[in-house]
This record gives sequence, structure tokens and C-alpha cells, in this order.
Amino acid sequence: MTENATVKNEVFSLDGVNVHYGNSLAVKDVSFPIYENEITALIGPSGCGKSTILRSLNRMNDLIPGAKVSGDVMYHGADIYADEVDPVQVRKIIGMVFQKPNPFPKSIYENVAFGPQTLGMKGNMDDIVEEALVGAALWDEVKDRLKDNAFGMSGGQQQRLCIARTIAVKPDVILMDEPCSALDPVSTYKIEDLMMKLKKDYTIVIVTHNMQQAARVADRTAFFTVSSNDEEGSRTGVLVEFDETSKIFSNPADQRTQDYVTGRFG
Amino acid sequence: MAMADAPKRSKAAMKAAASMTESLSGNADKSLKIRGMVFRSLLLFSMTIALIAIVAIISWAVVEGGQRLSWGLITNNPSSFRPETAGYRPAILGSIQIIAGVITLILPLGVGAALYLEQFANKERWYNKLIELNIQNLAGVPSIVFGILGLAFIVRGPLDLGFVAAAGSMTIALLVLPTVILSSREAIKAVPSSLLEGAMALGVTRWQAVWKMVLPAAAPGMLTGVILAVARAIGEAAPLLLVGASTFVTFDPNFWQDGYSALPVMIFQYAGRPQDEFKVLAAAGVIVMLGVVVIVNSVAVWLRARYERSW
Repeated sequence: MTENATVKNEVFSLDGVNVHYGNSLAVKDVSFPIYENEITALIGPSGCGKSTILRSLNRMNDLIPGAKVSGDVMYHGADIYADEVDPVQVRKIIGMVFQKPNPFPKSIYENVAFGPQTLGMKGNMDDIVEEALVGAALWDEVKDRLKDNAFGMSGGQQQRLCIARTIAVKPDVILMDEPCSALDPVSTYKIEDLMMKLKKDYTIVIVTHNMQQAARVADRTAFFTVSSNDEEGSRTGVLVEFDETSKIFSNPADQRTQDYVTGRFG
Repeated sequence: MAMADAPKRSKAAMKAAASMTESLSGNADKSLKIRGMVFRSLLLFSMTIALIAIVAIISWAVVEGGQRLSWGLITNNPSSFRPETAGYRPAILGSIQIIAGVITLILPLGVGAALYLEQFANKERWYNKLIELNIQNLAGVPSIVFGILGLAFIVRGPLDLGFVAAAGSMTIALLVLPTVILSSREAIKAVPSSLLEGAMALGVTRWQAVWKMVLPAAAPGMLTGVILAVARAIGEAAPLLLVGASTFVTFDPNFWQDGYSALPVMIFQYAGRPQDEFKVLAAAGVIVMLGVVVIVNSVAVWLRARYERSW
């Protein structure tokens, strides 16, 4: 891991990150790096805070009232929670794909064009839309029905449309929050295949419940778990281990990781 | 052969199953069954009362006023001496002007307030909680109170508009505004947050996401609320009596000039007269008003059915 770290560019570097929701501590003291043009998977049982950490990477947590992030979330060496940083700009550079496909109630074309149009991106909009749809491996399926409503697509197509929408605004990082949990195996395979292609141009962080998925696509994996304090009745997510995916699944350093990846709990 | 036998056999099987269930549940549940029946007839009774009231009103209006139904009823001016030919022209024009004013006022104000409260206000803050509570309470304030408010602040006082249709418009707008805000908020709440999140994840501002995604998605629901509020506004008489609609006008009203009336107020005027002909006229007016309200409500129902979306 150390030898790779010197070669690879660090896109994110998390150091002592805590996330509070109101008065309860949701995730405690998380530190790990995310490298350029890699897929980093966040795995762990429900409530371990993996989605919370993912949402703290592009300040989507700001939308939840009472959410507060402390510690350092450094993006290329700059703190994205610094006072002078505009969260809107952060989200433009760091895109996000959600668990449930959430296309806009508009045509396929408008779904992709919404971001570039609203942000006032220059260039021919038809070209931008085509490029994004090609990039999301969706163009051949939809090129003849760009004017159709996006709700008429299959779940897998909708999710790839959401990916197309995200890459249309040319982000640097794509965050994916369990992007395949609502999809069938064939659609899941297509998305995974797409992710492998996308990582050439983007840095990808994915939260997944599916350990096989993490093993298949991720270069590195962070394993989180829940530490419950029965006296206070609180449940806090903690990072157990971060390493190359092969190591996490074959030879983890921590017994809890071992138990989880071999299916003994979670 | 087998095909022809099948329905017969299944019929017999069903009969057997039914008698089986009956024998199993029959006696033990008798008191439960009776209680159920009593409860059901109570519910039926409540519904019947409501239904009888509606049917009674409509049939009374039709029987009493049906003979006067004609275009003249709508186009003729009112008269104190010739009830046979008197109509509702200025009252209908007054109502149209008032409603037009109400719509122009409540659309931006209601939608704006609802958007602020749902999308931008920090719900933890005490003043936003206070505003919410107040709007909910305002929706229950009697309409006559708004009439007095209109008289004190719009007809007289700071605005000093006089007894004009514009003052009636503003008063009614204030009256229905809380309900419009509440229904608009419900329409906004019905839009899934994933839509807002999806847009904001692209790096657009909250305002852009709300304006281009949330508002269009909530628009049909908001419009339905506005139309229902308008239906209520058409029938309001009490506050209008206080802000000048009580004068007996025989000329077409001008929005900004003194002297106007409204359909429900005119009905009230006619109904209070001793001659039978005027009572007939009042009943005919009721038919006109019911017709308008039914049309407006139908538009709301149609809108809701047309644009209803399951997310």
C-alpha cells in the first residue's frame, strides 16, 4: 500500500473525520486516502456510516438539517469544508449517483442536458448529450428515442442515464451510493462493466452492500462497522480497515473484517 | 368433456368451502357480527345526512328557481321593481373581477410562501416555527374577521381604497391565502427529495434545482389547491358585506371605482325581500352559483387526475 501511495495521486485524503447528525455521532474518526483513477469501495453492515462518509465527500450532507462534518476532508490538498468553499462548486466537480435511479420527469435528452444547460456550459448541446450517453454506454439503446420520457426506461437504463447525467457536467470524481442495489444481475453487470471503463477518466468511490461487487470492481476497499455503546445507547460507525481489495478479501489484518467478508456477520 | 365439467365441479367445491367457513365462524362471532352491523349502519347514517342535505339544497333551488333559468338571469341588470326580469349581471361581473384579482394575488404569494417554508426556511429556527403555526391557525380564522381586517386596513386606513372590487379582492385573497399556502406545501412535499438531490448533485444551486425541477413537479398539485381556494372564494359573502359589496348596484362595476356587488351577496339581497318573485330570483341565483362551483371543482378534479404521478 505504501509503495502505491507514492506513485498514485491522492484525490481525497480524509483525516479524523467525524459526522454528527444533531447530537448523535454517526461516524467517528475516519481517516483514509482515495486515489486517482481507481475505484474505492466502502463496505460494511447497515448503519456503519459508509453512505454518510460518501455524502460528506461532496457536501451532500449539507442538505440534511443538523448534519455536521468535522475533521479534514481534503480534496487535492484543499479542505472542502473551508469557509470560503462554495458547496455548489464542490458538487459540480464531485458528482453523485444515487441508490434508487432518480431520473428527472423529462425526456432522456433533457435529463442529460439539464446539468450543462443550467450551468451554462459552452459547446453544442447535442454533442454534449451524445458524448455523455456514449460515455455511459447508453447511446446505442436510446439514440432513436431521445425525446421519450426517461421514466419509460428500464431500471438499469435509468441508472446509466443518471451516470450519463453526472458525467455530462464533466466532474472529476463520481460518487456512487449503492448504485446497483435496485437492479437485476444483468443490469448490475452492465453498470460494473461501465465503472471499469469510467475509471480511466474518473475517480470513483462506491458504497455497496454487495461484497462480491466490491471484490469484482474495487481497487481498494474500506471496511466500516458499527460500534455500539450500550450505556449511552448510541451506535457509531467506525472505519476498521482500509487496504487493497485483494488483501481485504483474502488476508485482512483485522478479525472483524475477516468475519464480515467470510459472511460470519452482517 | 373435462372442460364442461370443470365449472360445475368448482361451483360445488366453493359451496362446500363456504358452508365449511360458515360452520366454523358462525355462532362464535355472532356478537361481533352484530357490533359490526351497528357500526356500519352508524357510518351509513352519517353519510346519508350529508347526502340528504346536498340533495335538499339542490332540489329546492331547482324546484324554486328553475322557472327563472334563462340568459336574462345572467345578462339583465337587477331591479327592485321588476323581479320578473331582474338579473345578476353586475353581481356576476363583480364576482369575476374579484376572483381574477384573488388569483393574481394568491398565485405568487401562496406559491412563494410555500416554497420558502418547504425548501429554504430552516425549520429549527423559532421564527419559522412561529410562522408555520400562525399559518395553520389563520386557515381556521372566521371569514368575518378578515372582513373587518379588510375594512380597517384596505377600505380605510393605510390603503384607503374605498368600497371597490379591488378591496374585496384583497380581502378574499387574504382569507384564502393560508389554505393555498398549506395545500401548496403539501404539493411540494409530495415531490420526492431524490429529485432535488439529483439536481443538486450536478452542481446547480438550490434555487435552480427548486425552480427547474421541484416547482414544475409540484405545479399541478399547487394549481389544484388554488382552484379549490377559488371555489371557496366564489361563495364567500360575509367579508364582502363589510368591504362594500352590500350596496345595491345596477351598473357594471369597475375594479377601482366605488360600487360593486358579488353573486352570493346579491342572492342575499334578493332573498331578504318580501315578494315571492324575489325568492324565486334568489333560488335561480343559487343554481347559477352551484353551477359555477361545480365547474370549478371539476376542473380541479380533472387536473389532479390528469397530472397525478406516482414516483
